[in-house]
Amino acid sequence: MTTYDLTATPLREVNTALHAPELEGDITIVNPFGAHNVAVGLNAPVKVTVEGHVGYYAAGMNQQAEIVIDGNAGTGVAENMMSGTVVVKGNASQSAGATAHGGLLVVEGDAAARCGISMKGVDIVVGGNVGHSSAFMAQAGRLVVRGDAGDGLGDSIYETRIYVRGTVASLGADCVAKEMGPEHLEELTGLLKAAGFTEDDPASYTRYGSARSLYHFHVDNTGAY
Amino acid sequence: MSTDTWGLRESATFDRGAIAAIQRAAETGIYDIRGWGAKRALPHFDDLLFLGASMSRYPLEGYREKCGTDVVLGGRNAKYPLHLDTPVTIAGMSFGALSGRAKEALGRGASEVGTSTTTGDGGMTPEERGQSKHLVYQYLPSRYGMNPDDLRKADAIEVVLGQGAKPGGGGMLLGQKISERVAGMRTLPQGIDQRSASRHPDWTGPDDLAIKIAELREITDWEKPIYVKVGATRTYYDTKLAVHSGADVVVVDGMQGGTAATQDVFIEHVGIPTLAAVPQAVQALQELGVHRQAEGGVQLIVSGGIRTGADVAKAMALGADAVAIGTAALIALGDNDPKYAAEYEKIGSAAGFYDDFQDGRDPAGITTQDPELAARFDPVEGGRRLANYLRVLTMEAQTIARACGKAHLTHLEPEDLVAVTIEAAAMARVPLAGTSWIPGQGGF
Amino acid sequence: MCGIVGLHLRNPDLHPRLGELLSGMLCEMQDRGADSAGVAVYGDPTWTPPGHGAVSLLDVTATAEEVAAAVTEELGSPVAVKVLDATYLLTAAAESEALLAAARAAVPDALVAGFGADLAVLKGVGHPRTLSDSWGLAGAQGWQGVGHTRMATESAVTPSGAHPYAVGVDQCLVHNGSFSNHATIRRELRAAGVEFDSENDTEVGARFVAHQLAQGKDVEVALKELCATFDGFYTLLVSNRDSFAVVRDAIACKPAVIAETDDWVAMASEFRALAHLPGVESARIWEPEPEVIYAWTRSTEGASA
Repeated sequence: MTTYDLTATPLREVNTALHAPELEGDITIVNPFGAHNVAVGLNAPVKVTVEGHVGYYAAGMNQQAEIVIDGNAGTGVAENMMSGTVVVKGNASQSAGATAHGGLLVVEGDAAARCGISMKGVDIVVGGNVGHSSAFMAQAGRLVVRGDAGDGLGDSIYETRIYVRGTVASLGADCVAKEMGPEHLEELTGLLKAAGFTEDDPASYTRYGSARSLYHFHVDNTGAY
Repeated sequence: MSTDTWGLRESATFDRGAIAAIQRAAETGIYDIRGWGAKRALPHFDDLLFLGASMSRYPLEGYREKCGTDVVLGGRNAKYPLHLDTPVTIAGMSFGALSGRAKEALGRGASEVGTSTTTGDGGMTPEERGQSKHLVYQYLPSRYGMNPDDLRKADAIEVVLGQGAKPGGGGMLLGQKISERVAGMRTLPQGIDQRSASRHPDWTGPDDLAIKIAELREITDWEKPIYVKVGATRTYYDTKLAVHSGADVVVVDGMQGGTAATQDVFIEHVGIPTLAAVPQAVQALQELGVHRQAEGGVQLIVSGGIRTGADVAKAMALGADAVAIGTAALIALGDNDPKYAAEYEKIGSAAGFYDDFQDGRDPAGITTQDPELAARFDPVEGGRRLANYLRVLTMEAQTIARACGKAHLTHLEPEDLVAVTIEAAAMARVPLAGTSWIPGQGGF
Repeated sequence: MCGIVGLHLRNPDLHPRLGELLSGMLCEMQDRGADSAGVAVYGDPTWTPPGHGAVSLLDVTATAEEVAAAVTEELGSPVAVKVLDATYLLTAAAESEALLAAARAAVPDALVAGFGADLAVLKGVGHPRTLSDSWGLAGAQGWQGVGHTRMATESAVTPSGAHPYAVGVDQCLVHNGSFSNHATIRRELRAAGVEFDSENDTEVGARFVAHQLAQGKDVEVALKELCATFDGFYTLLVSNRDSFAVVRDAIACKPAVIAETDDWVAMASEFRALAHLPGVESARIWEPEPEVIYAWTRSTEGASA
């Protein structure tokens, strides 16, 4: 177990160490005090635990690593993640999982606005609520919200599938409720399980996705712009 | 036309172009989308002239009396700045907008003369990385294809806020060009019209950009220069804010800068001419003490309507460290070649006028994803043509610089220039020829 | 372009530490802007003795003694002047508006940075840490403070360019973001007789709110009006002698985080500015929702949102 104290070691040194080729084992980072860019650009099958709240872009562009943030995360946690797992024990600020291509992001608390914005294949599971404009321009991947979703959910959505257990304040352009088939229930069950939520009844969720009516510019759709 | 029509008078306000635009809108119910940059006449580098050597200044001879053209970009923070042999670089153009072969040709040509190419909205292709000796990787609002592996493979990273053709707008690629390969790279369904974000998804404003630039540096271990690109609007403020956010290089793209697909009204009516932007950017860098500094300097790359070595020399005289070419590079590759005259006519255009890049039916095979059309384009031949053109640009600029007595292109200065119009004098902040008058000085 | 911070102390036992805590918060935001900074402190007994009116001036060329003499003469009662870096802090046993009128008459070329009972507004050019030291901020006391760190864009980095804009009695406004239609609103306010000191977009927001308040509306209504009138992305912190309010625009791209304990309420652009506040480990921490006004007043418990 390697421990880095961000009050003693400069962030740049910590990130450089975490980029070492053939990195192995478990790593703990303490005293982040809201620092930005903690554990960004990792590319190794290691486990990193951050004890405390982090600022922006924690675990940004993560590959392979399992990163647990024992606290809250600022803007853009796990942004552009490619693979691996990121777990936020507390709440996440805006743009959680932004543009991420793969892996799993779990926010056990609430995520704020723009959760999953422009997501490109990541799976995001939020234990609580998500804020407005979540899944904006979401292209691929799955978003699960155990709580409520704010205004404009899935505005301009492409092929991402969204599952919400609570209420949706309003749906964005071209985002509609869709039927839950057995394959969706199975998918949702798998996602919840992967995120550590096993008591939910998947049938209590509503599925949302693209109506695909904005896939080609058409004069009749101008009201949506 | 018979003399019956001599009495007809065209309206300057509702001319044929305006009438056609209204008719088209009434017919289709959708705005006109096209490629290319602003086509209208604007104050530009043509309105500036160099004061060559005479009695008071002495020229350099060619060949032995060297005129240097090298430039170092991004030395401020990066472990590995870019060392280029010529200040003419290739601007960002996407694979998607262009065919894979066109991107390959750009890489070939640029590498042959020791300069850089830039990826576009859609990510990095192996062809371009394979051919390009110096590759700048764009970081755009859409983040299509963005990934850390390519980030690490890049030689520089260009954070794009906007481009000259559409400052405030995002990328656009219509369904006919979202081929299987393009769709795969961009994580989009094949054949649909791409909708694009105009803002970045996880930061807005220079204060948050500073944190994002720090993130990109941390991910790439501070190896690569970070460029910040803006379309020319409030260029003075934008340049200052880019520097404050941490940019190592600032890229300013004037309204003549091209695009592969944007609304015509956006191209023609938003953004300012390159000529009006350059002095603003230079002033901003000078006030911050980072212009042309060997240590800790921030370099300026200017694009938007660079066509000849005279344009290159003028941009540098005004204070640019380098320029970028987009439209001109495509023309060098073979875009708008008269040999395809019959084909242009078939698709309702003509050689020298063709700007319907959004359609993806380019007879030259450059701005298309159609495999048959794309196959017409030979990337090796294209690379050779581009290299030729880049050499000509460089030599033309050197010729002019030597005529002004300069041993390096960066030794050109605003005092080597005069303007032939009042607008150009005001925008470029150089005197009207034959006078010492610079309109507009006293406020900027 | 900016970092903003605000601290509202509920527990009087913490009042002696206001300056120390505010200074820490301010310096933590220096990465968001390090060209200039400003703070407003409510209730420091040395800076603004109780029962006295206070006026903060910038761009003063005369000495403290000269200013004191001139304003004393104008007011007709003794005026004390303290110089804290670029700010001249005037105090007198009089209503702050009377002191303000006297200061304007006696030192007409000075810029008024703020005025009120118990309000000291300090603004300056330079690094937030340097400014904080030269103000002696860490030793200040009081019940409430706001601060701003600025990433300057204008060629002349001036003290008056920093926030807070304190354009009404005891009022302060700090702003992170950028309005986009303020030029028109400035013209409208000018037509209504409001005078401006700068071309700064934040000043338009501040004077708009002050104008609303001067018409008898309360701060929540004023901020609702602002949200309805202004385009742009903004997080605003508006403080008054007895209130502390936070609001974000509808799109809410600019950051904001609020933390609350029984002892204090704090707001900042980034969590790390709050990370060292006493008791933050058990604070309720949240992000304000768009266009919801979160306000705390000195006399009531809890937030009205």
